Amino acid sequence: MQSSLGFPILSWLVFLPIIGMLLVLLVPVGKDERSREISHIIMRWITVGITFIQLVLAIVIYLNYNKTLPGVNNASTFQFVERATWIETNFPIIGHIKIEYFLGIDGLSVPMVLLTAIVCFVAVFPSFVIEKAVKGYFAMYLLLDTGMMGVFVALDFFLFYVFWELMLLPMYFLIGIWGGPRKEYAAIKFFIYTLVGSVFMLLVMIGLYYSVGSFSILDMMNPENFKPNSIFAGMHTTIRYVAFMALFIGFAIKVPSVPFHTWLPDAHVEAPTPISVILAGVLLKMGTYGMIRIAFPIFPDAVGYFQSLIAWVGMISIVYGALCALGQHRVGQRDFKKLIAYSSVSHMGYVVLGLASMRPEGVSGAIFQMFNHGTITSMLFMIVGVIYDRAHTRGLDEFGGLANKMPVYTGIMMVAFFAAIGLPGLSGFISEAMVFLGSFNTYPYLTIASGLGIILGAAYMLWALQKVFFGKLPDRWNKPWDPTGRKFPGDDLIAREYAALVPLALIIIYLGVYPNPMLSLMNTSVNYFVEFMKPYVLIGNFLSGM
Amino acid sequence: MSGVGLITIAILILLLPLVSFAANIFFGKKIGRASGILATSILGLVLILSTIVFYFKVFTNFTPTVIGSGNTLIEISNKILQIKFTWIDLQSVHFKVGIGIDNLAAIMLVVVALISFLVHLFSIEYMAGDPRFSRYFAYLGLFTFSMNGIVLANNFLFMYIFWELVGISSYLLIGFWYEKKSAADAGKKAFLVNRVGDLGFFIGIMILYFSYGTLLFDDIFGSIAQGKLPFDSESVLTLAGIFVFCGAIGKSAQFPLHVWLPDAMEGPTPVSALIHAATMVAAGVYLTARVYVMFTASALSFIASIGAITALLAATIALTQVDFKRVLAYSTVSQLGYMIMSLGVGAYTMGFFHLVTHAWFKAALFLASGSVIHAMHHAAHHLGDHHTDPQDIRNMGGLRRTMPWTYRTFLFVTLAISGVPLTSGFLSKDGILAGTLAYAQLTGGWHWLIPIAGFGAAGLTAFYMFRLLIISFHGTPKTEVANHTKENNWIILLPLFVLSILSLWFFYSPNPFDAHQGWFPKAIVQPKSVVPEETQWEFLLINGYNQEKSHGVAERVPHHYLNEFEEAMHHAHYPAMILSLIIAGSGILFAFLFYQFKILNPDTIVKQFPFLYNLSFRKWYFDEIYNATVVAGTVGLAKISALFDLKVIDGLVNGAAWLTRNFGYFVGYFDLYVIDGLVNLVANVTGFFGSMVRYLQTGRVQTYVAFGVFGLILLIYFLL
Repeated sequence: MQSSLGFPILSWLVFLPIIGMLLVLLVPVGKDERSREISHIIMRWITVGITFIQLVLAIVIYLNYNKTLPGVNNASTFQFVERATWIETNFPIIGHIKIEYFLGIDGLSVPMVLLTAIVCFVAVFPSFVIEKAVKGYFAMYLLLDTGMMGVFVALDFFLFYVFWELMLLPMYFLIGIWGGPRKEYAAIKFFIYTLVGSVFMLLVMIGLYYSVGSFSILDMMNPENFKPNSIFAGMHTTIRYVAFMALFIGFAIKVPSVPFHTWLPDAHVEAPTPISVILAGVLLKMGTYGMIRIAFPIFPDAVGYFQSLIAWVGMISIVYGALCALGQHRVGQRDFKKLIAYSSVSHMGYVVLGLASMRPEGVSGAIFQMFNHGTITSMLFMIVGVIYDRAHTRGLDEFGGLANKMPVYTGIMMVAFFAAIGLPGLSGFISEAMVFLGSFNTYPYLTIASGLGIILGAAYMLWALQKVFFGKLPDRWNKPWDPTGRKFPGDDLIAREYAALVPLALIIIYLGVYPNPMLSLMNTSVNYFVEFMKPYVLIGNFLSGM
Repeated sequence: MSGVGLITIAILILLLPLVSFAANIFFGKKIGRASGILATSILGLVLILSTIVFYFKVFTNFTPTVIGSGNTLIEISNKILQIKFTWIDLQSVHFKVGIGIDNLAAIMLVVVALISFLVHLFSIEYMAGDPRFSRYFAYLGLFTFSMNGIVLANNFLFMYIFWELVGISSYLLIGFWYEKKSAADAGKKAFLVNRVGDLGFFIGIMILYFSYGTLLFDDIFGSIAQGKLPFDSESVLTLAGIFVFCGAIGKSAQFPLHVWLPDAMEGPTPVSALIHAATMVAAGVYLTARVYVMFTASALSFIASIGAITALLAATIALTQVDFKRVLAYSTVSQLGYMIMSLGVGAYTMGFFHLVTHAWFKAALFLASGSVIHAMHHAAHHLGDHHTDPQDIRNMGGLRRTMPWTYRTFLFVTLAISGVPLTSGFLSKDGILAGTLAYAQLTGGWHWLIPIAGFGAAGLTAFYMFRLLIISFHGTPKTEVANHTKENNWIILLPLFVLSILSLWFFYSPNPFDAHQGWFPKAIVQPKSVVPEETQWEFLLINGYNQEKSHGVAERVPHHYLNEFEEAMHHAHYPAMILSLIIAGSGILFAFLFYQFKILNPDTIVKQFPFLYNLSFRKWYFDEIYNATVVAGTVGLAKISALFDLKVIDGLVNGAAWLTRNFGYFVGYFDLYVIDGLVNLVANVTGFFGSMVRYLQTGRVQTYVAFGVFGLILLIYFLL
């Protein structure tokens, strides 16, 4: 089926990186130093070009997106839909299987599509420092891009699952090959954690297929489609609660919510800078996106039943994540990246809390927070990358006084740091405030408890800021970063670092002052979503004895 | 000037300092020293515009009109000129915001603009030669922008947003010399302590938003007036008020969150004058005045008590400090306590009046201290002396002769803060003390502690201010550095003169002994509370008085009291004045006896009461207590969490992995030895038999023939 633009834009969006991957693989690599260098440059710029075209496509989608159509469970109001039968056969024993190639977007996914395109584009620039197996790196990078984009546009559960697994493989190699000293441990930890979630998802998916007779996520949202006496038929059955919990845990691992989060600090510490950026910027959102796209609307009854539990998970993630981040200055290697990894746990907790509120402010705030956390944390990891590339260490204790050595860098850093601590005027504040205002309606005390996160968040961020940027510069850094002057001609930022950081900073400031461009994308869908969920949630609340 | 015109000007006032910020951040390095002049000129323009707004808002009338509809609405009335528009639109939910100018805001705009302008001017000289000169002016611009935002906000959302933004400007300016660890620490401390108060503020906002679904002051107060209470409970309304007031506790450095302000003196001295004395710290008082109508009697009592405790506590600490700026910092805390106390007891007008008068003389005091420190610093630099602390008053003395003009202005504003007649400080302080007396009379019981604290603090203020003056300016120079100080140039002195002249009585009232005859009480009239009458103080209920008229100028009927409280306050006016004159006079007298004439020796007192001395000198051990409890507790909890994460949760994960792996090994070995063992056993047995049989396969023909014959015999045997 054709999209409303006359060409299948979502397919292009998803599979363009595959074309890029093939191009990268075709680049010949010479034997001598010089020709190798040239081929590296070609591969880098192929990736820049491909992700840039992808970004342009995402902007085309943004410009042509009709903000008045809700989507969510209503197939006819999804946009840029592409739908075709992909696999249809009669298997012996298991019966008839029909899997669709079903893509489409609504207000819940447009922000994520934009985010993915933006982050994948900017993260190419810090990838320029990769010197090891460059061809494999960019091939994996582009494959990862396809997997992530696919997750956000797939409306067929099986297809969603395929993209979900497709993303896993390149990520495993990107951490495991191009990572730090404990890369194997981190990669396998990431892989197994995600796989556990995938297994849960797979089981529930098969159960849903047998209950509904279709892999379409939208069909699964309509209780009338469930065959009588099938496993998930009816509402408020124990098996549905169990299935929801399985899905929820599967997605919570990805978010990651406490207590399923310990893969994240290791993965971040070991991953190279651009992979950290993608991991925090996009991958984590797949968890909360899975909740809002799949787990919540397919099992709205269970959302009501477990609503307070979900809110608790959000609150604990916020406070515990912040405490762990603060604790990094007493425990462990005092790794800058680990601190930011824990801050991600805390900030993604806001998303879960906002979703649990089931209020328009809260859900809008949650999706907006997903976008904002994506841009802000991408910046934070690139900021760490900037000094890591120069100093080859990320120890918080080893720096000081960088503000004098790198004033522009410090200025840009402040945008990201202050956005992370929720300073008004920057985008993070609006989403956090909306989450709070929404969740206070539903859970006043949990919201107040979560408020501790904003104090702790300021504490660890300002502490890190002071350690690294204020005070006096240690003598060992009191010389040009790279004596050869090859990579870092001056002390401060270089062009490709500007290219990566400045667009993000501008987005953060712009959306902080005028959030409507992003909020208006999702308003209709969010309101529709909340209204759709409401009756089930109320009954679920009642049954859980709230 | 029309209301719409004034609103337009107000938007300019708000945005111009932001232009200054942006220009200095992006081009400051290029234009060098001109950045200071650029910023100062922009602020000069802001000052002119603010004065225009002030004049037309306070002294002219407006015909009530409403312009626009739907998303943007402009409302003009004598009470307030405001614009409201939808900022965040979620279709089902709208967040409306806007700016408004009432008399409170109009007066505050001038205070902010004038002090900010003078501090900009002062800083051109004071900060000359600083490597981050333009950055400094950028931050000042950011601060002025945020502060004007607070002043103009007509909703809680903007209030909170600009509240946080002044917090960050304060953070940046306190830590401006971030190479010094103490400065960076102080900035961080200020921000974090304020965040605690801000969390309370935000909880208050959440309660109100939950209850009323809007954040506009008008809408919220209107709903309360109609009897809609949060959670249908008067106590929640009280609680909401107290939560909102938490913001003021943080920003206005009230007990128990006052600890950040003295440390904030690590910032450049003009910053201390602008932010940490005159304007930003007064934002808490401004907020309290702004949302005054939603406080119940219980909330007001709470506010009055916090203010009284702060006023007295900080005054006792200021007695023994030896750092020039720290004495002033504690004096600021104490005076802010005064204002908060005044609002709490119901003397609304006087509380805000004190904010204004205090802003001038405290800014003057700080700029004078800046003048002294600048001179000391230069003298020390000149002498090549790097050990003498230019801020320690024990290193000063005799500055009266070397810096006569600084001395004169400092003396004059010291008189003002001590509450000596003919100064503005006398007018406002006297009004506050009369208010506390009236309050105690009308409420009785423990409430008498509030005027006692107020009068006590007044006496202590006079004492420590003159102690500061005498030790640093009188007598003989204690150090060579003090002896070599020189008077500063006019850029530094001009702001001092302007601010001290503004501390004369006649700007506010023709009668130097009664503020009520001036324009101020006509411009700022206590607003009518919106909370249910039974939760208000009965004596604050406004009887038979047309509230709408009060915002004009001429309507106020002479000798007609707003409420019972005002009447009592009027009667308490003369007793309070006499009492405060006696108390302040004795404070000054004792300061002279101790430090000028040395008839009394402070050291003997220190020796006699070491505990009291240490309590004061160590600031009541607040920092130590907080460090040992809250800070250590949080850091400890953070450490435990991080360890828990590393050892327990990750331990479980790794443990599970270990178990799985070892189970895998076990299965592997089982496979290898048991299952494969069985297979191999079968094979081995077969092999064994095979090998046995192999012996038969000798390869020799004789053996085969023998076997063949043997087989043939067996065959025959069985067949037969």
